[in-house]
Amino acid sequence: MNVVTPPEKLEPKDFATDQEVRWCPGCGDYAILKAMQRTLADIGVKKENTVFVSGIGCAARFPYYMATYGFHTIHGRAPAVGTGIKLANPDLDVWIVSGDGDALSIGGNHLLHVLRRNVNVQLLLFNNEIYGLTKGQYSPTSRAGTRSPSTPLGSIENPVSAAAFALGAGARFVARSVDTMQAHLPYVFRRAYEHNGTSFVEIFQNCIVYNDGVFSQFTDKAIADDNEIILEHGKPLIFGKEKNQGLRVKIGLFELEVVTIGKDGITEADILIHDETNRALANMLAFMEPPLFPVAIGVLYCRPTTSYEDGVREHMNEARHPDSGGDLNALLRRGHTWTITD
Amino acid sequence: MPRQEPVKQDPGLSHQRQELGSAVVRFAGDSGDGIQLAGSQFTQSTAMSGNDLATFPDFPAEIRAPAGTTFGVSAFQINFGAEIIMTSGDDCDMVVAMNPAALKVELRELKIGGLIIVDTGTFTERNLHKAHYDDNPLEGDTLAPYRVIKLDMSAMTLEAVKSFDLGKKGALRCKNMWALGYVYWMYDRDRQPTIDWLNEKFSNLPDVAAANIAALNAGHALGETAETPHDLHGFSIGKSNIIPGEYRTVTGAEALTWGLVVGANLVGLKMTFCSYPITPATSILHYLSNLMEYDVVTFQAEDEIAAICAAIGASYAGSLGVTSSSGPGIALKGEAMGLAISTELPLIIINSQRAGPSTGMPTKTEQSDLFQAVFGRNADSPLVVLASRSPSDCFEVAIEAIRLATKYMTPVILLTDGYIGNAAEPWLIPDVNDYEKNPVTFRTDPEGFKPFIRDQLTLARPWAIPGTVGLEHRIGGLEKDSETGHISYDPKNHQRMTNVRTAKINGLADDLLAQTVEVGPEEGQLAVIGWGSTYGPINRAVSALREEGLNVSHIHLRHIWPMPKNLGQILSGFKQWLVPEMNNGQLVTLLRAQYLVDAQGLNKVSGQPFKIAEIEAAIRDRLEK
Repeated sequence: MNVVTPPEKLEPKDFATDQEVRWCPGCGDYAILKAMQRTLADIGVKKENTVFVSGIGCAARFPYYMATYGFHTIHGRAPAVGTGIKLANPDLDVWIVSGDGDALSIGGNHLLHVLRRNVNVQLLLFNNEIYGLTKGQYSPTSRAGTRSPSTPLGSIENPVSAAAFALGAGARFVARSVDTMQAHLPYVFRRAYEHNGTSFVEIFQNCIVYNDGVFSQFTDKAIADDNEIILEHGKPLIFGKEKNQGLRVKIGLFELEVVTIGKDGITEADILIHDETNRALANMLAFMEPPLFPVAIGVLYCRPTTSYEDGVREHMNEARHPDSGGDLNALLRRGHTWTITD
Repeated sequence: MPRQEPVKQDPGLSHQRQELGSAVVRFAGDSGDGIQLAGSQFTQSTAMSGNDLATFPDFPAEIRAPAGTTFGVSAFQINFGAEIIMTSGDDCDMVVAMNPAALKVELRELKIGGLIIVDTGTFTERNLHKAHYDDNPLEGDTLAPYRVIKLDMSAMTLEAVKSFDLGKKGALRCKNMWALGYVYWMYDRDRQPTIDWLNEKFSNLPDVAAANIAALNAGHALGETAETPHDLHGFSIGKSNIIPGEYRTVTGAEALTWGLVVGANLVGLKMTFCSYPITPATSILHYLSNLMEYDVVTFQAEDEIAAICAAIGASYAGSLGVTSSSGPGIALKGEAMGLAISTELPLIIINSQRAGPSTGMPTKTEQSDLFQAVFGRNADSPLVVLASRSPSDCFEVAIEAIRLATKYMTPVILLTDGYIGNAAEPWLIPDVNDYEKNPVTFRTDPEGFKPFIRDQLTLARPWAIPGTVGLEHRIGGLEKDSETGHISYDPKNHQRMTNVRTAKINGLADDLLAQTVEVGPEEGQLAVIGWGSTYGPINRAVSALREEGLNVSHIHLRHIWPMPKNLGQILSGFKQWLVPEMNNGQLVTLLRAQYLVDAQGLNKVSGQPFKIAEIEAAIRDRLEK
């Protein structure tokens, strides 16, 4: 590549398009968009090498508002389209934007496979536990009992945990954040960007129209400190307004419990240290929910390995042995041929 | 196969052998008997001996159906001769039946008076029972209309390979080679190509190679030395008059694979081939997976939808996206095809058609997805549809599909079928340098760039791929402004976009070779119009009946949608129109709708290709009315 002059530093506004944003006023998506534009400016990505790919749903409008390349595809299939983009040009930086219905219902199969293949993309799942664009039906992440136009007596299905699904599918990077966490979101986006392989990010996103306040039990400012735990690799799993709550493994059992430092002789030394590379711990963190546990926010799991494209590239390089040279006439004459003479 | 004017055969080549113009031989046995292998070896040897030929592998969907059952019978038919051969043949001259089930199933394929070679060693009570024979057919008079050659192939194979320590089961695996050796003698074929092949295939298992060769030689030797019933001394078939050059045998799947690779090269693109395994399309995925050195990336997707979506993603990023499936899988791809139409990206969609509906008969052929290809999507969603007519034609059609897809920024459906995919024929190998190069130009200039401002001639939009500085833009499946590509719900804009998508596909008809008449004059009494794999039987039937003086012509369509500009004019030169199809009447409906002609269908949906005689009968019926 010919780099003549160093590119000018881009500002967040340089990542905004001239298109009017069409989300409902007060939608959590605005905050996520803002955080993304800031993150890309801070990282200093090249707009031309960045592609946003989405499926269908409110979240799927995201690419129209990013001044990069963007592809608004069909319901649930963005991971497949993103995989194709990376197969054709592994140097592109692909962000897949999805919602709980798009990624876990109609597109559940593709989510499973993009994660297990470990295609080097960032996959953001805006989880608002509801179908927004079709006007408020329950989604696969809606809690049992959710009343919606299609479940007037409350849904009778058990919800899927997005993070646990990702871990089960073999994801090597699983993180969580909240739409309103404007300092934390860019951090998680940056970590996702830096990870080689599929980076799965679940963002708790408030739908102000159809599911307002569905996460308030842990995101409300007044109670968030006691109901969220912000994960940091290598640091003790401590939370709470007083910074005196912690997680430890229950003695004699393979499960977590919340303990209070300074009570019953418990000290900080008893508290579990967060280890991003520990899948078993990540699984336990993924399933934590109020009222017994805080919700785990941050990087639950990060353990990079070879990405799918790395593997493809390796095979391609192996196959290109010097004497084959891609001679097409030789290809057509492989195997048995014979010559008819006059 | 390309031909020269016939020359007189040398009658001195074989004294006792009976001279034949052509022959149809069918090998049949258990799916585990190695029938397809024996058939493809016979094909190779026959091609090398200078005959024209066409084959028809006919096998069950079950990988290893229970041994000895009628539904586990696998067959391979070959029609070969000194004459022009375009079909795998009507009725068989000879059936090689490796067990009672094969005899039971395949007898219906045999001509009255035809030859049956049976392995009597398999006619045990148990096997007769499995084949639902109450009495041993070799003993009664049910086979009286035929000439039967009873050979205990099993015993003779065991004897031939007894010096090799293969065990009985291993030894009996050589039986297909024994039978092949005998049939080689019968038709005076050269064993050497098969011996070479066995030595190569089993280079790590020299004993297995040697045993198979011993069986092959033993079968051949029996023919040479023993007296054959019915006063037979074998047959000889003269050479075809074939245009000189380098040849190979090729199946449709192989030719299609190579056509894709060459076609992508001619437009200067790398190929990303995304597919989900499905019968009978899978072999294309297998072949391409071994062509990485030709810049082919293959991707076995998690499902049909992912396969086409990944191909669309690849095209979006500047590669040639190709996906391949069969009818049921194509149905799943419908929504994504709409996305490719709406975003106007090049894409190749291959449909190896099979008998349906639903799962249907996966290994049996049909051409019943024409409607699906032309119309099978929501809304007004035109694309290009091409169909290949024979194994080697798949090469040409693949190249044409890629040329059109990239030049017009459109998905192209390429229809082939299970018969063409598996059937083999000799192929005069082309020189790739003789093909026109049409390298793709990606848009790079940001000046005045709008993603949906079109080329005035082709109506294609620019292909602006991610990674290009200054062309960052957004596209998607929502209706878009006719210039900027921004989301647009403007009524006039949607009308304009719908019109232009249609005009682009219709207009591309100007860029197609004019429709010609394959056989016969451009006007007359009866036009027989075909598409896809009915090409061979229609061509042979029309040629034969023209020699009898019947006023009939053969028109073959490669371009199903859009249709060639002059097709209507050609059709108007005839008084009757007959459309043989392996479906319940699809092209015929399209022709009636497009051209208001009173075309009549000749329809066959048995999972088997048309016989020449069936088409001849239909033509006679029309002309003698």
